[in-house]
Amino acid sequence: MTQPLLSIEDFSARFEKKTVVEQLNLHINSGERLALVGESGSGKTVTALSILKLVEAAELGGRIIFRGEDLLQKSAREIQRVRGADIAMIFQEPMTALNPLFTIGEQIVETLIAHQALTRAQAKQKALELLTRTGIRQPEKNINSYPHQLSGGQRQRAMIAMALSCKPKLLIADEPTTALDLTIRARIVKLLIDIQEEEVRENGEHAMAILLITHDLNLVRKFAHRVAVMERGRLVETGETKAIFEQPAHPYTLKLINSVPVRNVLPVAGDAKTLLEARQIRVEYPLPRKGWRGLFHAQTFTALHGVDITLREGETVGIVGESGSGKSTLAQAVLNLIKVKSGDIEIAGAPLYSLSARLQREVRARLQVVFQDPFGSLSPRQTIRQIVGEGLELHFPELTPEQRYERMVQVLSEVGLSAQVLDSYPHEFSGGQRQRIAIARAFVLSPQVVVLDEPTSALDVSIQKQVLELLVSLQKKFGMSYLLISHDLTVIQALAHRVYVLKDGEIIESGDTEQVIQAPRHPYTKSLVQASL
Amino acid sequence: MSQVIPHLSPARRNWQRFKRNRLGYWSLIVFVLLYVISLAGEVISNDKPLIVRYEQQWYFPLLHDYPESVFGGNLPIQADYHDPFIKAQLSRQDNFAIYPLNPYYYDTLNYFSTAEHYPGKPDDENLLGTDIAGYDILARLLYGFRVSVTFALGLTAVGVILGIFFGAIQGYFAGKVDLVTQRLIDIWGSMPELYLLIIFASIFDHSLLLLFGLLSLFGWITLSDYVRAEFLRNRQLEYVKSARALGLSNFQIIWRHILPNSLTPVITFLPFRMSAAIMALASLDFLGLGVTAPAPSLGQLLLQGKENLDAWWIAVSAFSVLVLTLLLLTFTGEALRNALDTRISDARQGGTL
Repeated sequence: MTQPLLSIEDFSARFEKKTVVEQLNLHINSGERLALVGESGSGKTVTALSILKLVEAAELGGRIIFRGEDLLQKSAREIQRVRGADIAMIFQEPMTALNPLFTIGEQIVETLIAHQALTRAQAKQKALELLTRTGIRQPEKNINSYPHQLSGGQRQRAMIAMALSCKPKLLIADEPTTALDLTIRARIVKLLIDIQEEEVRENGEHAMAILLITHDLNLVRKFAHRVAVMERGRLVETGETKAIFEQPAHPYTLKLINSVPVRNVLPVAGDAKTLLEARQIRVEYPLPRKGWRGLFHAQTFTALHGVDITLREGETVGIVGESGSGKSTLAQAVLNLIKVKSGDIEIAGAPLYSLSARLQREVRARLQVVFQDPFGSLSPRQTIRQIVGEGLELHFPELTPEQRYERMVQVLSEVGLSAQVLDSYPHEFSGGQRQRIAIARAFVLSPQVVVLDEPTSALDVSIQKQVLELLVSLQKKFGMSYLLISHDLTVIQALAHRVYVLKDGEIIESGDTEQVIQAPRHPYTKSLVQASL
Repeated sequence: MSQVIPHLSPARRNWQRFKRNRLGYWSLIVFVLLYVISLAGEVISNDKPLIVRYEQQWYFPLLHDYPESVFGGNLPIQADYHDPFIKAQLSRQDNFAIYPLNPYYYDTLNYFSTAEHYPGKPDDENLLGTDIAGYDILARLLYGFRVSVTFALGLTAVGVILGIFFGAIQGYFAGKVDLVTQRLIDIWGSMPELYLLIIFASIFDHSLLLLFGLLSLFGWITLSDYVRAEFLRNRQLEYVKSARALGLSNFQIIWRHILPNSLTPVITFLPFRMSAAIMALASLDFLGLGVTAPAPSLGQLLLQGKENLDAWWIAVSAFSVLVLTLLLLTFTGEALRNALDTRISDARQGGTL
């Protein structure tokens, strides 16, 4: 075997007292697609950034050899020549990785001039070619667009074009699709594979290699030749993708592979009553207009065009859609957190929007919510006792402090936490634990309907599975209904009895979850299913 | 971490971070100590004895006024304890009197002084000398400091209350409420504060209350901007949405959920607001728009110092007190700001959340 393109030997990284990467040995060959997989905190991003010495304030040990030279020994000036030219990088969030003040064309041209000594006209021609190659819509027009004028997927394409501009030998892609919608993810992955295979055809042995950093196993399976799995700063397993997925050797790899949520729901009783019924919900947002006209003719953006949903007792209904589809707006409309233009919602026979303030408060006890972000959804200055107890105080003022305490302890044990956490503050808990606290806050009121707004999107895959299992077991035990909002079909598949597919504020398909996933009728649903499974 | 120091509220954590900054922590202690001492000013610097024992009788001149005749004098007017005759009476036989450390009140005129002229140099009689009217400078500094700090505390308190009130309403309700209130505040803020002061100073008698009223009308505006920005940020967060979904009233959400999380800029600005208020009072007094003598004031002492450059002790002592006060507040403020700045800790802890 020839010498690898990049080999990382005995690499370690420390931040003051904390070691984040330990004794890492990894190599990548020319023309290879390697995936570095791990959950948050596993040290995979630090490793990737260290290759280009992009981590600040860290102590780096070991050697990173790229084409016979140790990158860690290079001076800042020398490493600058490697960055962009030999090794290029694409980031998770293209909006923040691109400079908002320059057009994408200018940014690519700048890279080309800096590294390849081209004239401005030549560079511009080259930039256009690159943008065409990465499949940007209308490249002649969009070369003069600013980053904010492009959609997320288009921006990521521009980012890739920029990374490819100097024909790098190694492309590091740090979670390149995480911030994108599912269907766009699939296209970006395909683009990366196409570009790399084209390189292999052209350059043979010296083709570009891609190092993909991700937590998404689905992506790895489609993309990588070889996989390296990291856990808490250590490399636990490497091998051919196929071999790893078929016969994982390390228990952590097995855990990761098995963390795809499994469907395990009770069927809904045939005579279950309808608990929640939303009829023709229409939500409009005003759009700001420039100048005086804006004062008189407000333009509106319609987020929901008359949506109907029903939810029966003990049922989980999934709402699936991509960003901008209006699914979170729907959740807020059901919770009566935003004003709706028209339509109404009946909860257990009571019309939610026309209730008096007092009755509305009573309904709120029966209608609870768990939000996506476990860091934003708990007030950082309240103890868990205050967070969980607040609703009880409001809705059950007749309870004595002892009864209230008992109920809190009981609900905390249901979600897998002990009574000792009561006097802690949210910052003392991990993301998964916080989400359990948020669930406890909702469940302590014994609600009939719980709105789950992307309850697991911010969590690591293995924790995601635990939380989903917890939600299923709580439903089995107490029989409440869930309205599950998610962009992730695997989550919907694991939890929901029925599913509504939302696109641009309209329901384009609905039905039994298994049916919809196995035999999608609408082309959009088809692409969604294809992208995620 | 959580096992070592369990259940530390964010406020307690910030306090501990503040304590770790020695300079700021000790500045705060010294400042508080100085203020407490100045609050007990009557016991430390006064022209009346604390306790008098005269002819087997106890007297408390601090609490009651006694005419001269009580101590063997002829006149029914209030006793002057600097009078050598009274002094002699109080030290005869079993009689005694306990005097404060500095036997002058801020408006004491010593008619029995040995000084040839005023302002008088520092000497045994007046440790820091006297000002042009013959008042003891040490006493005036002590009471001047007390007035300044009390004034600043009051002004800051009113500013915080008004600032939080308006900022909270603007930030929480946002939209039209915010827009209208902000325009009104813009109009209000564009009124010329100094001219108003000059105009009012010429209509009414100069008094501390007038200054306090006028300054507090404008002192809250910057603070309300910060509170508004914090509220605008926090109201978007999911814990506020959860609270609304729980059915809490607007007041409960503001008071229990958003306000505790929006106080960081308020607390950070407190020491700086205080020093600004002290400076404002001193400047207005210096310009002659503030209080009139014999009320104690650091600004007036500075003015006297400027007008009597040969009497160096006036300017030097007033200047030193002002500088010390402002320095202590600035150090405290700096430490507080660093303690509340989470980015600093994150860098030190190596990016752990």
